[in-house]
Amino acid sequence: MTWSIIDTWIVIIGALCAAGCSIPGTVLVLRRMSLMGDAISHTVLPGIAIAFLLTGSRDPMAMLIGAVVVGLLTAFLVQVIQSLGNVEAGASMGIVFTVLFAFGLVLMRQAVDHVDIDPDCVLYGSIELAWFDQDPDGFGIPRGAIVNGAMLLANLFVMFLFYKELKITSFDPAFAKSQGIHPSFMHYLLMTMTAATAVSAFETVGSILVVAMFIVPPATAYLLTNRYGMMFVLAISIAIASAAVGHVSAITIPTWFGFSGTSTAGAMAVAAGAFFILAWVGSPSQGIIAKQWQRNSVRLLVLREDILGVLWRLEERGKKTVVPTQLTEAIGAHSLLVHIALFGLQKTNAVEKTTMYWTLTKEGREKATKLVRMHRLWEVYLDEHYPQDVHQVHQAAERLEHVTTPEMQSKLGDAKKDPHGRRVPDDTLL
Amino acid sequence: MRMEEGHSSTSPVSIHDLTVAYHRKPVLWDVDLDIPEGKLIAVVGPNGAGKSTLIKAVMDLVPKASGKVMIYGKPFRKQRKLVAYVPQRESVDWDFPIDALGVVAMGRYGSIGWCKPLRKQDAQIAMDALDRVGMADYARRQISQLSGGQQQRVFLARALAQDSSIYFMDEPFASVDAATEKAIVNVLAELRSTGKTVIVVHHDLQTVREYFDHVILLNMRVVAHGPVDEVFTDENLKKTYGGRLTLLSEAVDRLARH
Repeated sequence: MTWSIIDTWIVIIGALCAAGCSIPGTVLVLRRMSLMGDAISHTVLPGIAIAFLLTGSRDPMAMLIGAVVVGLLTAFLVQVIQSLGNVEAGASMGIVFTVLFAFGLVLMRQAVDHVDIDPDCVLYGSIELAWFDQDPDGFGIPRGAIVNGAMLLANLFVMFLFYKELKITSFDPAFAKSQGIHPSFMHYLLMTMTAATAVSAFETVGSILVVAMFIVPPATAYLLTNRYGMMFVLAISIAIASAAVGHVSAITIPTWFGFSGTSTAGAMAVAAGAFFILAWVGSPSQGIIAKQWQRNSVRLLVLREDILGVLWRLEERGKKTVVPTQLTEAIGAHSLLVHIALFGLQKTNAVEKTTMYWTLTKEGREKATKLVRMHRLWEVYLDEHYPQDVHQVHQAAERLEHVTTPEMQSKLGDAKKDPHGRRVPDDTLL
Repeated sequence: MRMEEGHSSTSPVSIHDLTVAYHRKPVLWDVDLDIPEGKLIAVVGPNGAGKSTLIKAVMDLVPKASGKVMIYGKPFRKQRKLVAYVPQRESVDWDFPIDALGVVAMGRYGSIGWCKPLRKQDAQIAMDALDRVGMADYARRQISQLSGGQQQRVFLARALAQDSSIYFMDEPFASVDAATEKAIVNVLAELRSTGKTVIVVHHDLQTVREYFDHVILLNMRVVAHGPVDEVFTDENLKKTYGGRLTLLSEAVDRLARH
């Protein structure tokens, strides 16, 4: 891998742009309107084209104004079509942005004859060439870095200034409105931010990266935290990391296969996607690994309680000791799981092992008595309220006994015998 | 033309000939009402009678087709700080990344003002409000991890943090557990004892007598309103829930189409 000043600037420009996009993106994701970022980044195209046609130049200020105006028009039309046409938000966005985007392409074809502009560059951007675009008095800082850096600062400023207003209007717009914090003002402010960010990012990095950075880093952050402020911090960090990892991968990975490097903007977007997958798998609260772990520990807890129940019932019939294979048969669980559960019970002093036989300890017996009492009280309750055949009652009680709270227990009554005629053990005697 | 003098400027909420329509279909038609100060008031009526719409129209949350509303003699937009609001629990996304205290602190935003951060005393007020509904231990809990009843209490605490004179609550008792119901009843009693006016959209006819002083029976128009003992009668309930009004709604529908 050969690294030059150009590569450094590519990463800096990509990071500034990605971080800038992730700020309005976070609010869009929280408002469940991520597609709006997509829609607006497409509709800035006609805005730019109109600005070209009107001014005949590539004046950045004219482009910015044109894009913001059309961006706001998009947001407005989406709402109008949604309420008048009685269609869902997604359809309404689809109608507005495809039509405006197509209109932009038509205009662009006209503009090509007058101004130097390349529609391909709009889609894919030209971040690889961004370093060469420098003002003579720009101290060697590429124009892309200045534009995207300024946009990032502007977005940070708006985020801090309207921190609580963005929060309350995203969470509960009606309540915000009742306090005089107008949700529609915040909505159009957000749309202005989105359109301005899209147009400033777009010339350097292209619309694919813009759309990705609006949605993917905030969505990843959403998986990783349940705090509002932290979501911005994480989204910005992930956006910056995606830019760095993306460019490094773009110039290294293809060379392993004998190719000469690939689109950096594309690789940055893919890197953001990779971070999302990592978070989706590994997030401590919402990741699939954490969820599977949680499910397993619940299953193990149930198994431990089932073992206690079986041991207690065997004692009831005068059999004080068991070998694990008996438990495996009685419960129908895998013998490895039974061993793990027994080990856990032994750790908490609920059972003890002498040579190869397992018995309840005094503590274990107390726990087991409570469980069996709950089980049989549930059977009584179910038999009384939902008369059905006795086997089903047992099945249902087997599941309910694990989730009974003390409050529920007090409502289960105080029967002495279960529907099978067996004694309901009294746990107060212990 | 109805005389304005018929209304008192000391009434916390005075509603003049209010009509509200969704897609040109009237939901409330010609509602005229003065709400008494310092009472617990239930708004009762069948589904679709316009109960929620009534309180939303008072707070300018839905557009009025005609009529006006005065809060202590002035328009709502000048009196926002006097009004606290408990929206329906289903109206928000409970997966939003925020904890219970964060939600309650939102009750302070109106008095803090635009673009200014939360002050220390605001956090304290929010914490006290959580304590008053028995939720102090859950202050740092993410809201999606709370039960439905606990979420409802968080909403109630947020309204308490607003520290207002008039409280609007939209079905606070809807599908809550016994502990929450008790917490809400306690808060209502506390608000009454400090002279606040509380207007509650309520759906459970069984508890109206027990919980409220006044009742507004609503079905597109006000069928009856006044002290519970006088107004909450079988006859009035029959009028509110019975078929008598279908004729009216048919006629009003036709009016709207003209």
